[in-house]
Amino acid sequence: MGLIEISVPGLVEVEEGTKVLPPNVILTSIDKVVNWSRLSSLWPMTFGLACCAIEMMTTGSSHYDLDRMGIIFRASPRQADCLIVAGTVTKKIASVIRRVYDQMAEPRYVIAMGSCACTGNIYNVYSVVQGVDTFLPVDVYIPGCPPRPEAFIDGIIKLQGKMRREQFRWSHWR
Amino acid sequence: MEPQEIAEKIKERFPDEVIDITSFRDQVSVIARKERIVDICRYLYDDPHLHFDFLVDLCGVDYLDKKVPRFEVVYHLYSIKYRHRIRLKAQVPEDNLRIDTVTSVWAGANWHERECFDMYGIVFRGHPDMRRILMPEDWEGYPLRKDYPVTGPEKEWPGFQEVLDKAKAFREFEWKE
Repeated sequence: MGLIEISVPGLVEVEEGTKVLPPNVILTSIDKVVNWSRLSSLWPMTFGLACCAIEMMTTGSSHYDLDRMGIIFRASPRQADCLIVAGTVTKKIASVIRRVYDQMAEPRYVIAMGSCACTGNIYNVYSVVQGVDTFLPVDVYIPGCPPRPEAFIDGIIKLQGKMRREQFRWSHWR
Repeated sequence: MEPQEIAEKIKERFPDEVIDITSFRDQVSVIARKERIVDICRYLYDDPHLHFDFLVDLCGVDYLDKKVPRFEVVYHLYSIKYRHRIRLKAQVPEDNLRIDTVTSVWAGANWHERECFDMYGIVFRGHPDMRRILMPEDWEGYPLRKDYPVTGPEKEWPGFQEVLDKAKAFREFEWKE
């Protein structure tokens, strides 16, 4: 009538004057579909350094079952999306963690798991890095000594929420 | 054999070397001079009635402002055959931080002595591989000494400073929302 007619090929007229999309076609934004696919198959590179690693392994095992969230531990930085730093980071291992992070492909995320990775915890001493964020861009901090698997899963869900809100990260011209 | 008996036996065999025998809650320590420590250890290992075939631990102690001489190397020994223990302490003065290695008696002392060197700076003469074991090789100072600052020296260790500089340089390539 007075409205501009948008001509989309393949529209199906279901009744008089009402046209709908044909079956198996959905409209969405690239942001949404890219973010959804990324957060639904988040493969973490594990970097277990201390007791937090035990808790991380527990979370990965059948009782808490990270696989149901599409999370499969990938012990290679080149095929991983996210780096989980679990445990006390000493100055001696810091260069190794940084190298592992540098080997990862974009988009990449970092989870600091446990009080030691977040802040250095009680180890305010000569050999321990006071928080992994001094040399890595951390996305999610999970406090606890060590954090329970529920807290760890909550941290992963927080990271997925963060990924869901991203815009334009798939572009070359970002 | 009772620990006190073992201590007496050592004193009998090495009267000039043993300085003192102390006992605390039935744990007996023999304090000795460092000069003939290998002979004492060899005797403890070889004597058929002692047979200390297991070096439980070897560690250093810093007695800054508490005792003279300042350092001690402590040997915790156990006999698997007779199930008895003894603690042997060797005094090391600050101006001569040298003691003979006991790797010829217990090969397992190798890494313990390296750790002791790493943390206190006590040099073990005749050791097959006298390097740092825990700290990086270019680390300065001996961290477990009582006069070492807890949070480390003012100047950052170069190996970690390098990582910090690299992280700073790469910050511009990070994703920003």
